[in-house]
Amino acid sequence: MKPVNLLVFSAASLLSVLGLPGCKSGGGDTIKVGEFASLTGKEATFGTSSHEGTQMAVEEINEAGGVLGKKLELLTEDDQSKAGEPANIVNKLISRDGVVAVLGEVASSRSLEAAPIAQAAKIPLISPASTNPKVTEVGDYIFRVCFIDPFQGTVMANFANKTLKAKKVAVLTDAKSDYSKGLAKYFKEQFVKNGGTLASELDYNGGDKDFKAQLTTIKGAAPDAVFVPGYYNDVALIAIQAKELGLSIPLFGGDGWESDNLLQVGKDAVEGHYFSTHCSPEDTSPKMTSFVGNYKKKYSKTPDAMAALGYDSAYVLAESIKRAGTTEGPKLREAIAATKDFDGVTGKFSLDAKRDAVKSAAILQIKDGKFKFLETIAP
Amino acid sequence: MNEIFQQLVNGLALGAVYALIAIGYTMVYGVLRFINFAHGDVFMLGSFTGYYIAPQIAEWFPLPGWAGWTAVMISTMIICAIIGIVIELLAYRPLRNRPRLTVLITAIGVSLLIEYTCQHKAFFGASQKAFPKLLPAGNFTMGGLSFNTTQFVVLGVTLILLAALTFIVKKTRIGMAMRAVSHNSAAASLMGISNTFIISFTFGLGSALAGAGGILYGMTYTGIEPLMGVNVGLKAFVAAVLGGIGNLPGAALGGLVLGVVETYAGGMSGISTYRDGIAFAILIIILIFKPTGLLGSKQIEKV
Repeated sequence: MKPVNLLVFSAASLLSVLGLPGCKSGGGDTIKVGEFASLTGKEATFGTSSHEGTQMAVEEINEAGGVLGKKLELLTEDDQSKAGEPANIVNKLISRDGVVAVLGEVASSRSLEAAPIAQAAKIPLISPASTNPKVTEVGDYIFRVCFIDPFQGTVMANFANKTLKAKKVAVLTDAKSDYSKGLAKYFKEQFVKNGGTLASELDYNGGDKDFKAQLTTIKGAAPDAVFVPGYYNDVALIAIQAKELGLSIPLFGGDGWESDNLLQVGKDAVEGHYFSTHCSPEDTSPKMTSFVGNYKKKYSKTPDAMAALGYDSAYVLAESIKRAGTTEGPKLREAIAATKDFDGVTGKFSLDAKRDAVKSAAILQIKDGKFKFLETIAP
Repeated sequence: MNEIFQQLVNGLALGAVYALIAIGYTMVYGVLRFINFAHGDVFMLGSFTGYYIAPQIAEWFPLPGWAGWTAVMISTMIICAIIGIVIELLAYRPLRNRPRLTVLITAIGVSLLIEYTCQHKAFFGASQKAFPKLLPAGNFTMGGLSFNTTQFVVLGVTLILLAALTFIVKKTRIGMAMRAVSHNSAAASLMGISNTFIISFTFGLGSALAGAGGILYGMTYTGIEPLMGVNVGLKAFVAAVLGGIGNLPGAALGGLVLGVVETYAGGMSGISTYRDGIAFAILIIILIFKPTGLLGSKQIEKV
């Protein structure tokens, strides 16, 4: 390379480096918001639902005039439900696309992977539905609009005691998932505190197909119910194989169950089982009714909790940008942290000092191939 | 006590599927001296063939039912045999005289190609599907043990297929040709045996068994998805090495041993997470102490 060319080249690259922060703080005529979701792969329905909810919220916000006089531009990337992908994607969204905030993931393991990157870049990240406490512990730029597993685990332990009248419970945990391990831990703590005993504790690896070994041992321990804090794809097979082995006791779990795929694969084997989640489309609050109506019109299906949380996460971000009056990381962060009495589809909630939402849980039962609302439990 | 026997039944049913797939690895190794890593994906394609073909077959034979099930089994085995032959024809035959490493890496490439193509929405999509019910559900208990029809069928079908395979290899002309090619392919071709035909036949036979394994696996565990062949394929490979790669009864024995060990590990509190780890630990131990496997014989390599 000739010296002159070299000079031009380095000047150009210097300019582009200097130019980048300018882009970030809203140089264009849109505000770029990044989203990463599991649109394909093992937990595909989670990502699809939360993405649809988020997408719908962004469209509504833009129709109503956008924020700070600009439209929101949602950049969505698929992480294929795979470990390793979220880090790549969120890096790309922040450094190449220059997004002002990131929305996502449902699965705690994948949110945990992206959180340190957002934290280091001082770009706020709002998770719609990751319930493991470790997610927001990563740093002060990480938020969530859902409850956390210590609460969900407590709710399900009390449910096992009071409603199921279970004294001996077996726990079957997905050893690969931070969500499952966390939820199992908090459930066990509370259940033992309530005076219950743990009949047996077994693990599986998410994505396994054969659960008969574990279920045979569980059957041998003769528990009153089995707590399965896993994701829907595994839970469906667990329910089927439990039925085949003649294990006819209630199974119950957490929000990882909520997916149409559970019903499609599990069919009659999941009938009568219970799980806790964030909200129910049967809720009659005006916010929920209009959300369900609009969602059905747009996607011709009933929304689940992940869709509602995705929707709320986008609105929390939009309102915070409005209150901050800017999209600069530190100011936006403060505005999100100050979210109080936010009137969302999933109920009225505030973010606490740990940047977690404080809100109630709903317990659903699978009946006649549908999720039936059973009860709401306040924090 | 009951639990121990129940786990044995579970383990044998799982091991039977491993055995069917392990035989494919071992046969291909026997004639070509290379590991066909795409074999686990043929198993997966077997499950999906059953998934898509069952509704078609249900129009002629009622499903769940024995006649319909037989039709699904046979057509899946034929389709998988064709898939196996096509894979060999397109991917491995052009590399027949290249170093074995080239073919091995190609096999990994074929495996990834199948997995990721099938995950695309235009093909199967990535989400888990429920395998259709092919046989009337029958749970019965005997002495406190609960069995279902599927478990018996899995074990029975595996035994029948193994017997048929042994007959083909030991008693027929084509089986003799297979053994000849395996023993010394150059000499075999000088005796007028078409190596190309025997290799295609071996791939077809192995893939048909993998297809049968796919159906039996789907019937036992219900959930099928495009990446299901990865783990099961690796386990079957371990089973083949455990029994002695290149040895047919060894592959069957290796499969059953692995299935039973894995199931007992899976049912034990505290080590249930490590059931896959235990399978691979067995592989390492075998490779250290008895590289020829349980039933393998020593081979003298001339330099």
